[in-house]
Amino acid sequence: MNKFLLGFLLGFLSLNVSAQFRVEVSGVGLTQLPIAVVTFRGDDASPQKIGSIVLSDLERSGQFRAVDTGGILLDEVARPEFSNWRQKGADALVTGSVTKLADGRFDVRFRLWDAVRGLDLGAHSYAVSASELRLVAHRVADFVYEKLTGDKGVFSTRIAYVSKVGKVYNLWVADADGENALSALKSTEPIISPSWAPNGSDLAYVSFESRKPEIWVRDVASVKPRLLASFKGSNSAPAWSPDGKMLAVTLTRDGGSQLYLIDARGGAEPKRLAQSSSIDTEPTFTSDGKTIYFVSDRGGSPQIYRMPSVGGNPERVTFSGTYNISPTVSADGRWLAYISRVSGAFKLHIMDLASGAVNAITDTSADENPSFSPNSRLLIYATQQQGREALMTTTVDGRIKARLAGQNGDIREPDWGPMQK
Amino acid sequence: MKRLMFAVVTAVLLSACGSAVKLDNVPVEDKSGGANSTNAGAAGMNTAVGKGGVAGVDLSQSARDDAMRATNRIVYFDYDSYVIRPEFQSVLEAHARFIKSDKNRKVVLEGHTDERGGREYNLALGQKRAEAVRRAIVLLGVADNQLEAVSFGKEKPAALGGSEADMEKNRRAEISYR
Repeated sequence: MNKFLLGFLLGFLSLNVSAQFRVEVSGVGLTQLPIAVVTFRGDDASPQKIGSIVLSDLERSGQFRAVDTGGILLDEVARPEFSNWRQKGADALVTGSVTKLADGRFDVRFRLWDAVRGLDLGAHSYAVSASELRLVAHRVADFVYEKLTGDKGVFSTRIAYVSKVGKVYNLWVADADGENALSALKSTEPIISPSWAPNGSDLAYVSFESRKPEIWVRDVASVKPRLLASFKGSNSAPAWSPDGKMLAVTLTRDGGSQLYLIDARGGAEPKRLAQSSSIDTEPTFTSDGKTIYFVSDRGGSPQIYRMPSVGGNPERVTFSGTYNISPTVSADGRWLAYISRVSGAFKLHIMDLASGAVNAITDTSADENPSFSPNSRLLIYATQQQGREALMTTTVDGRIKARLAGQNGDIREPDWGPMQK
Repeated sequence: MKRLMFAVVTAVLLSACGSAVKLDNVPVEDKSGGANSTNAGAAGMNTAVGKGGVAGVDLSQSARDDAMRATNRIVYFDYDSYVIRPEFQSVLEAHARFIKSDKNRKVVLEGHTDERGGREYNLALGQKRAEAVRRAIVLLGVADNQLEAVSFGKEKPAALGGSEADMEKNRRAEISYR
């Protein structure tokens, strides 16, 4: 805990990415690659500052540390003075330009340099409209991230979350950095549990508009909603199978909250997954589709269990604490994230599934709803800071955190979308 | 001995008077501006009809539902519990009698929790509260197909504020005539 506080003090950095959104990154990572991202030539005339979006993305990943460029402008053609950059402490350097074209679009170019060995690691150019500039910046960040870490970048992915302002609820779809939020649904009744389909365009969620919880699916492109489950009683906790064909859900149609599988196209009879006289809820699939983790209080208090997705005996997974909920497993199968109540506080925990070792990785006390990034490196979760609900991202080890602030009202229920195809 | 007899007789008379006045806990409301409108098909509902300005009871279904909505229709629960405390038995009995009086009436039991804990688990806890009330009302003779138990979890608190008193008001099941 003290180490984290020290790191927090040493590493606090605040970036103004736009007037509306502020991303605050804090913490010190174990191994961070020092990188310099210059101001792109033509940035001042561009509606989006490509260089600073790229830098924000890389810092939020926790695997990069920004090196001060002194405001220098360098385009993708200029050959940098590597000794200068090495002296500043940079191992890598990103240069580039933004040029407005005659047809109103923008020509964005960048080049990535290995400053240590003086090597050109690659360059790209894009011709896009103004509204696509942020996406291009994210793709630049993905390229840099993949080249230098070997992992796939998640900067071009999307998140879904819910906001509540007074009596109005909105279901938002936004970029992974929280920007470009578009409302997929506005309602005066609560919306909870948004869940991205593996295809990255369908979103399942629970709506109370009919004065009871029902599961709906909405294609975020066409904004056309489809009622997926409105059986007797309550319908909630939708979780897509990795092939997108089924959803595991919680239904109370047979009395009591129990787990069922339903066909994603709707219509067919639900298939009961497990039988208990207790509460079974919050199902979630592993990325290979073979296992479902879920919450059950069959042992007397809510704990996390897992069972084969084809059905079979559940096996208990959490053994410390009396209240463990909201399980989610990283795509690489290594980590289980969940919320555990500790002395009345609700805190995000990470379990190493191979060893069973558990770590609490936050210093907040009202954590909810963790969701892994599709590259298994980050989590998004909801929490409360200064009395306000907010979304946070964190590295799996908890060292680097970023707050996605900016939407009015309370924000909660995040879900991280899949890799963009 | 005489005094004891007097007390006993008085008590008997008083208790007899008491049961004549009881109208299934439905407040008598003058909905029709004074006219003594009664519905001959109103099984189970006593009416006090008489001369001298006694208001009649509008016994159409929506008016009766309105009347029931106005009465106590909330059952409260202890933390982490879905056990119905004995003090709410009379509330359940009153509503059970009312629901039984019309086989076509559909009633929804809405379960709620306080703000502590996860949303989906609280949805399931609220469901347990709604189902506890449903079971109790079924045990009092109401047909199962007249009842649906749903949950709002922690999404619709009755009291905002976060104090212990507020949280008590949120741990509840509501009997809803829709």
